[in-house]
Amino acid sequence: MRLTCTVNGTEQHVDDVWEGESLLYVLRERMGLPGSKNACEQGECGSCTVYLDGLPVCACLVAAGQAEGRQIGTVEGLAGPEALHPVQQAFLDAGAVQCGFCTPGLLVATHDLIARHGRPSDAETREALAGNLCRCTGYEKILDAVRLAADRMAEPAAGGDR
Amino acid sequence: MSTPTRTPTGAPEHLTGPGSGGVGDDAQRPDGVLKVRGEFAYGSDLWMEDMLWGVTLRSPHPYARIRSVDTSAALATPGVSAVLTSDDVPGEKVYGLELADQPVLALDVVRYQGEPVALVAADHPETARLAAARIHVDYDVLEPVTDARTALGHPTWNQVHDSTAEVTELSRESAHLHPEGNLVRHLKVRTGDPAPTADVVVVGEYEVGMQDQAFLGPEAGLAVPAEDGGVELHVATQWLHVDQKQICSALALPPEQVRLTLAGVGGAFGGREDLSMHVHACLLALRTGRPVKMSYNREESFFGHVHRHPATMRYEHGATRDGELVYVKAAIYFDGGAYASSTPAVVGNGGTMGIGPYVVPNVHVDCYGAYTNNPPCGAMRGFGSVQTAFAYESQMDALAAELDMDPVELRCRNAMEEGSATPTGQVIDSPAPVVELLRRLEAMPLPARSGDGEVDLRDMPGGVSNTTHGEGVRRGVGYAVAYKNVAFSEGYDDHSTARVRLEVVGGEPTATVHTAAAEVGQGLVTVEQQIARTELGVERVVVHPKDTSVGSAGSTSASRQTYVTGGAVKAACEKVREQLVARAERLVGRTVPDLRLAGGAVVSDSEDITVPLADLLGDDVLEETLEWRHRPTEAIDPETGQGFAHVQYAFSAHRAVVDVDTELGLVKVVEMACTQDVGKAINPQAVVGQIQGGTAQGLGLAVMEEILIQDGKVRNPSFTDYLIPTILDMPPMRIEVLEYADPHAPYGLRGVGEAPNISSGPAVLAAIRAATGLPLTRVPVRPEHITGT
Repeated sequence: MRLTCTVNGTEQHVDDVWEGESLLYVLRERMGLPGSKNACEQGECGSCTVYLDGLPVCACLVAAGQAEGRQIGTVEGLAGPEALHPVQQAFLDAGAVQCGFCTPGLLVATHDLIARHGRPSDAETREALAGNLCRCTGYEKILDAVRLAADRMAEPAAGGDR
Repeated sequence: MSTPTRTPTGAPEHLTGPGSGGVGDDAQRPDGVLKVRGEFAYGSDLWMEDMLWGVTLRSPHPYARIRSVDTSAALATPGVSAVLTSDDVPGEKVYGLELADQPVLALDVVRYQGEPVALVAADHPETARLAAARIHVDYDVLEPVTDARTALGHPTWNQVHDSTAEVTELSRESAHLHPEGNLVRHLKVRTGDPAPTADVVVVGEYEVGMQDQAFLGPEAGLAVPAEDGGVELHVATQWLHVDQKQICSALALPPEQVRLTLAGVGGAFGGREDLSMHVHACLLALRTGRPVKMSYNREESFFGHVHRHPATMRYEHGATRDGELVYVKAAIYFDGGAYASSTPAVVGNGGTMGIGPYVVPNVHVDCYGAYTNNPPCGAMRGFGSVQTAFAYESQMDALAAELDMDPVELRCRNAMEEGSATPTGQVIDSPAPVVELLRRLEAMPLPARSGDGEVDLRDMPGGVSNTTHGEGVRRGVGYAVAYKNVAFSEGYDDHSTARVRLEVVGGEPTATVHTAAAEVGQGLVTVEQQIARTELGVERVVVHPKDTSVGSAGSTSASRQTYVTGGAVKAACEKVREQLVARAERLVGRTVPDLRLAGGAVVSDSEDITVPLADLLGDDVLEETLEWRHRPTEAIDPETGQGFAHVQYAFSAHRAVVDVDTELGLVKVVEMACTQDVGKAINPQAVVGQIQGGTAQGLGLAVMEEILIQDGKVRNPSFTDYLIPTILDMPPMRIEVLEYADPHAPYGLRGVGEAPNISSGPAVLAAIRAATGLPLTRVPVRPEHITGT
């Protein structure tokens, strides 16, 4: 089948998509956007989290056909061509990136969390990120990164909007 | 709360200033920007025009004879390019890290569920999977052997202290899974009085379930056939050269024709030390003449790599009335599963360090590794030390209770220190601050009790499931301390190779560090840059892609790379520095004793000399390649276990605070605190990250992580049913990092990654015991162990 959707603001057309393919497969293997990760492909780990019409979803659980005509946002769309998004910069500065396989999903989930909550409490962060598994960090530095990003985004002048 | 306290000691301080990205700084990872942009290429991200997808057909049975394999229907499937079986393996048909006993593709017998039987390459992964399902394998199913002690013919504990005890018929006959029998290794430690007596004796039997590394990036890689008849393999792995050796053997190709490059690695934790898809992808690529990508899904990943050995252990501790350890006897059984993998070395660690960081005059340990029909077990972070720590630390708590003594006090009274002898007769010749680690933990404040004010369900065991508002919830505090060898042991020639190049690029002196050391997420690439910056006084350091065009760096395991590859990079930089200093002295026309490299120049503190490297080098390229070794270890005596087995030990301790809903058996870990001596924190932020991550994996094993095996079959190969800690399960952590330099190690550093993975779980277990009053001798602790239902 032919799939048409908008990814990171650009309209994409893909031909010869097999109906059994997931949105994750199409992004990674047919659109050249492997940033969303394939850690479990069963909706348990959150490493493929993308925006679908503004809501974070696991791309592995979305059939490719369900994306027809819709807006997709992936980790590749968070930053501009030059500067990183403050959430990305905060993950680097806090040391929240080790192997980095969970990072793209966590960045999208954190981006969404801060958009909704501004400065989330730790308890809110834990609830919001409970669907994103990380095996390297023990999550402490991810919490540090969320606090850092939220602070910087709340006070761009003082915190340095990088 | 996670800010570390650093206790500086005599570590060298000839380093560049703070914030310069040198040794001792929180330097940022060179791959970090790519990782947060989603542009870092992991093994599963690789892609080439015209590539095929490879998949593996695996045995559904844990033990079966193969009567026949019919691949015709699979081959006839449109889109399929190749279907391969063991007949298509051109070289050695078996491989292995220490013993070559594992078939590349099943020969006449399959010995575990998930053993690879055949391969398919097709133009779409689903086509390949459908075709694999059309391969007809006729199995003669056999009764699996699923218990290590049964496999060895030691069905009862009363035999285990006597290695000459009569074995049962089972191990003699039907259960001979391998020609030499079911024993992979038996390690004995014997020291002191063989028949000691003591005032107080405690005996305990313990069991540790099978843990999975659960790295998030699946086993994946891309094999590309080369014009010279060889193959290029881009793969996520832990040790390129040991892979290369085994691949060459299976393909019957020389190393020049099997070239490996490290693909991005999404975590490893030991699970990538053995081969997975490496040979398979190469076979398919060479057969089809096209690039072949293989990428496991999560279910296949559970079958595609070795796990942590499950263990059953019996310990007997004898002590004086005032708490001095007199003797320890232990029998330790590791279930190695169907193939040897690194079981011999795991037995080595389990046996030699099996009584913990304590001084005991009389020790009698038997440690066994056995073949069974369970999934193969091998390397996982902590490597044989994780299992025994649950047993020996539980014993210390039991002994403290028997003596009516504080558990920390008992540990401190018997703790190792510098100058102590291990049970293997090795004198500890660097700091061993076991007492300080424990005392610092004790001195940390305890977290407030939840429920003192208004109840927040999110602080309760069971969380927002609303299972309790505090009724039946009891708090417990537990301590544990552990030690672990760093680097490879028992006489292994453990070396690394580094190539360092210095040249002027765009007017700026630029160093390139080339090693084959696998970056798996831990941050070795950062450490390589930091060392080069410090040693060469330059800012710009490029980390060359990791590949086999430089010599082996050894494995990214055993907490060894910062020590060994770090040591190699440091030594190669020193050789480059010697050349630069000689050039500078030629330039000034005399010897200047205090010339050093800083700020991109050769400088002297005593004289007004500053020679920019750009001037000194011009168009020249300085390059040094060298192999570096830590001081040698030695094989241990096969009858007594005595010998200088380990080059360095790492020490860490944990305090766990838990709340337990005793009615439902639910555990909430409230706080973890850790103290660890790292000798010298090369990158303090990364060191703390290792401690936090290691703590999480230990906590996971204590309360939730287990591959459930029934009759040799894995029952939970998914993240739905194999649980790893989420951000809700992990509590805040208090961490204190100590830096007592090891005079034998580069910069005084100590390997970091594994120790915190060892002491955290036993502390959690102790805390649950303290909360419930139950003996709890098995991990992971399940709700029914607490409720007794």
